[in-house]
Amino acid sequence: MPDSILSVRNIEKSFGALKASDGISLDLVAGEIHALIGPNGAGKSTLIKQIAGGLKPDSGSVAFMGRDVTAKSTAQRARLGLGRTFQISALAMQYSVLENAVLGAVGQSGSVFQFFRPAMKDPALLARARRALDRVGLQDHEDIITSELSHGQRRQLEVAVALTLEPKAFLMDEPMAGMGAEGSRELTTFLQELKHEAPILLVEHDMDAVFACADRISVLVYGQIIATGSVDEIRSNPQVRVAYLGEEEPV
Amino acid sequence: MIRERYLNMMVLALLVLVPAYAVLMDEPFTITLASRAVIFALAGVGLNLALGQGGLVSFGHAAYFGMGGYAMGILASHAQNYEPLMEVPFVIEGTNSMPVIWLVAIVASALLALLIGALSLRTTGVYFIMVTLAFGQMFYYFTISWPAYGGEDGLSIYVRNQFPGLNTLDPIQFYGICFVLLLAVLYGVNRLNKSPFGLALNGAHQNEERALTVGINVYRLRLVAFVISGAITGLAGALFADLNRFVSPTMFSWGVSGEIMIFIILGGVARLFGPVVGAAVYIMLEHFLGGLSEYWFIYLGVILLFVVLFAKGGIIGGLSKKETRHAG
Repeated sequence: MPDSILSVRNIEKSFGALKASDGISLDLVAGEIHALIGPNGAGKSTLIKQIAGGLKPDSGSVAFMGRDVTAKSTAQRARLGLGRTFQISALAMQYSVLENAVLGAVGQSGSVFQFFRPAMKDPALLARARRALDRVGLQDHEDIITSELSHGQRRQLEVAVALTLEPKAFLMDEPMAGMGAEGSRELTTFLQELKHEAPILLVEHDMDAVFACADRISVLVYGQIIATGSVDEIRSNPQVRVAYLGEEEPV
Repeated sequence: MIRERYLNMMVLALLVLVPAYAVLMDEPFTITLASRAVIFALAGVGLNLALGQGGLVSFGHAAYFGMGGYAMGILASHAQNYEPLMEVPFVIEGTNSMPVIWLVAIVASALLALLIGALSLRTTGVYFIMVTLAFGQMFYYFTISWPAYGGEDGLSIYVRNQFPGLNTLDPIQFYGICFVLLLAVLYGVNRLNKSPFGLALNGAHQNEERALTVGINVYRLRLVAFVISGAITGLAGALFADLNRFVSPTMFSWGVSGEIMIFIILGGVARLFGPVVGAAVYIMLEHFLGGLSEYWFIYLGVILLFVVLFAKGGIIGGLSKKETRHAG
């Protein structure tokens, strides 16, 4: 694809006899929210790990911003601008909200090996961290210890930490999980805004949320993408109905 | 309950007052005890950087403690016997200058920590504990079977090494040296904990996945922390050897690794002054309980259990108010 930010080509990954990724190709293009759906055990997490860097594919390649990153580590991909949020919040729970955001800024600025100047007094790091917190609406909570945040606020903080990297693309693993109707709607609005800065690859179980916010949807079944298309195309695709929607009747 | 910072100040004040107490009460042995405590504290401050801040439970820090000890022992024994350390391709003489010995101890234990860390940091959890323990024991048995420097019997250095302008054989002056070094290291480690490096190190301890996904090379981060940690413990080993004017394979034994860990748990894991308080209390217990019974370890065990079960954050945590890690 011409303006593809992230492109996955023919990825294969087996665990013993199980083919978790069976020749998967996928593109994330500028300005879109691309949702990845599929029944449990379809290989979504395996695919995400190969895109993010925790797992190396047996064959095939992952390119990000036109560079082959198949052999790069998670940290290297993050530094190239791949922002990530997790299904179960991955945050430093004993740190304050601001400290978590500054941690992101430290990673972004590559200042990890500065040993002497206090991080929490560094104007550049603080400015970057606060800018990200502002964007998700956590600016008034910066001194709260993360473990005391509500579930929804932790999700917001995850996004804020990812934002400190000024990502070129986002990889979000079930951001709506456990959010409630109100929170889900707010987040959807926010993602609609965010996608113009950096496209979002979204793994999501909540069908209503996917249909409400995705521009394109890819359906993963048994390690293969059986269809990619707009919301309407996916809804009316007979194969998808049998393989996915039929089995798990959407509410 | 008081603020941790004031508690730390009080601990320092008490350490400063020890020589005065010893002179007034005419109990010079107190100074030797206090020197032991300060040196153990320094070893603990080293381990606490890896264990407390980084979550790297090293059960082999005796390796660096022993390495520091033998750096002193080897250099000083050559100076004592007027034999150069090596002659080909160039001559290296032994030395009895403390600053030179410290430097060698720091560099040697840092290199050792680099080697051991590079291998053992590929594992996590219980495996990490076991691998570091195994490395420590390896050095223990090596020094036992290596005859050149005393083997099993250890190595005596008859005269304490020199520090320019001071009489190191005077217990108070030697205590002063140890105390100032501890103070300097505490200052440095405090800065380190608050720096971007410290923030990342502890952040990676709390959530490794997050550190990776903001672009931090966690392996390298931990390796650097491990090297600094080993270097500090190595410096403590050199001082310990100088305090006793004796080095032996015991410095490498797993019991020493365990003791250093006990200082931290007793005083407070990841607290700046945790190992200082822990080592001081440990030395006092050893002195007073050890005077009462040969089996004083039983009482130590009970006290440790009590601290672990009821005083979260060790003695420091039990006595001080909660303070945010990076405040101030």
